[in-house]
Amino acid sequence: MFSNAITWWTFFKISIHERLIYRADFMLGTLMRFLPTLTQIFLWWAIYDVISTPGSIDQTGGPDGDIAGYKYGDMVAYYLLVIISRAFSSMPGLTRGIANQIRSGEVKKFLIQPVDMQGCLLMQRIAHKLVYYLIATIPFALVFWLCGDFFVDGWPEWDVLIVFYCSLLLSFLLGFFLESCIGLIGFWFLEVTSLTFIYMLMTFLLSGHMFPLDLLPDSIGNFVDFLPFKYLAYFPAAVFLGKVEGAAMYQGLAVEVFWVVLFIVLSRILWWKGIKHYAGFGG
Amino acid sequence: MQPSYLKVFLTFARNSLIRDMSFRMNFVLQCLSSMSWAAMNWGLFKIIYRHTGEIGRGTGWHENEFFIFLGTVWIVNSLVQTFFMANAEEFSELIRTGNLDFALLKPIDTQFLISFPRVNWAQVSNGILGVLLIIYSMFKIYSQDPEAAEIGTAGVMSKKFSWIAIPAFLFFVGCGATVMYSVMICLASTSIWFGRNQNLYNFWFYITNFYRYPMEIYQRGGGIGMALWCTFTFVIPILVVSNIPARILAQPLGSPWKTWEWGLAAFAIVASLWSLLASRWVFRKALLSYRSASS
Repeated sequence: MFSNAITWWTFFKISIHERLIYRADFMLGTLMRFLPTLTQIFLWWAIYDVISTPGSIDQTGGPDGDIAGYKYGDMVAYYLLVIISRAFSSMPGLTRGIANQIRSGEVKKFLIQPVDMQGCLLMQRIAHKLVYYLIATIPFALVFWLCGDFFVDGWPEWDVLIVFYCSLLLSFLLGFFLESCIGLIGFWFLEVTSLTFIYMLMTFLLSGHMFPLDLLPDSIGNFVDFLPFKYLAYFPAAVFLGKVEGAAMYQGLAVEVFWVVLFIVLSRILWWKGIKHYAGFGG
Repeated sequence: MQPSYLKVFLTFARNSLIRDMSFRMNFVLQCLSSMSWAAMNWGLFKIIYRHTGEIGRGTGWHENEFFIFLGTVWIVNSLVQTFFMANAEEFSELIRTGNLDFALLKPIDTQFLISFPRVNWAQVSNGILGVLLIIYSMFKIYSQDPEAAEIGTAGVMSKKFSWIAIPAFLFFVGCGATVMYSVMICLASTSIWFGRNQNLYNFWFYITNFYRYPMEIYQRGGGIGMALWCTFTFVIPILVVSNIPARILAQPLGSPWKTWEWGLAAFAIVASLWSLLASRWVFRKALLSYRSASS
């Protein structure tokens, strides 16, 4: 148990150092991430301008219209918050990494060494993400300070904040195990590029990354509500903005826990079934 | 002897097609994937137009007009991705590996040689989708009964279609593609100085993000908006790329073109020539700093 902990700690430390190499590049990259949000701000201004009473102005200095319960300020705040959710839940390269290891035969090392593949990957991810938050805090703080006026209601209550943070942590786990599952399918398919692409498309659309899910017509919205994707982006943002309140908020959190557990179990099953099926191509 | 550039280009195109056709399933998947991104984009605006009738008050970008705009963006995008994108990435790679040496040795213009060797045929699918979307939206706009339109949504005027619009549209799409090509060559050339430009694609995505919407949304956006509009019209002229051709077909304001619209169109021609020259200059300047790599 103790030696296990040391192994994990070593993995963790290596990954941290790995990530600290290109700090400046990293910070710049993070700032650039907000550029598309800039166009979103103008686009939504133009949309809200049309549906508002001419000349009217709300607290943000923007038009006062309302789309599916979102004021102009809410809409911009939503897009900013979604960037935070995605900073937790997106796992660039995880699926492809796993599939490549399976295809190239590199996965063999986990069959020989007393190290669990998923545990190792999880440690690496946590380290990467921690470094990311450490460095990205500066550009994030800058942007949120500049855009502070869009958050009309200010900071939410403390219980909402706690749920918000929990949902972010859970979205990290959900993202990790969901993408692991897709990567592990590589045991059977070898080539998962198209599968990854479908997943990317689904998350972009159904997680609320593209637009708040409340905008969807009810017939589609009710269906999307049953999928795990919305916890990757929409749910934390909606909690912060008070779009999901009270009992519904806690219920949502519980459902998120359920999805996380489901995908942990599923990924374990896929792993055990996978290595039984594994034939060890390549060197 | 002067090489025949057209023949060389046709050979490139043919080779690329042969290569694409040897992995047919991959080709189909690539087509499908780029088309599904486009479809999602379309879906987003379909949803937005459920809640509003226009983007920007009084700009005339109603649903059908806007979809002409979107179609134009797809067409320009598909041109860029078919002809330039893969090549620009390859150029960065040539610099890093030092294989640019071989391109420099060949008795043909280097910029031509690195700009066109690969034609990514799968990306044509998006352009076709764009054409279809434009035709469909045009049909909806011009088949509107003028009297019914007058009573219906405010501000909709009957528009008259003239056949001159089509060659004009194609001409300005061409201008747009030229501008995009120039911006891309400039970006790719920077990898000579930086050693490697891994963020090329990202940076490209972030820049082109600005030309995906009608420019009115910036013009009405206060100080920052105006600054953005000026930057992306006069410094990096990517806003004219989509706006001019789309305006020609969609005629968002319904009335004959105003002076500023003519002015902007004239500017688009100047801008495309100017940016082509600028890219040539940057490319040459960058080549002077090239010091080869590896062996």
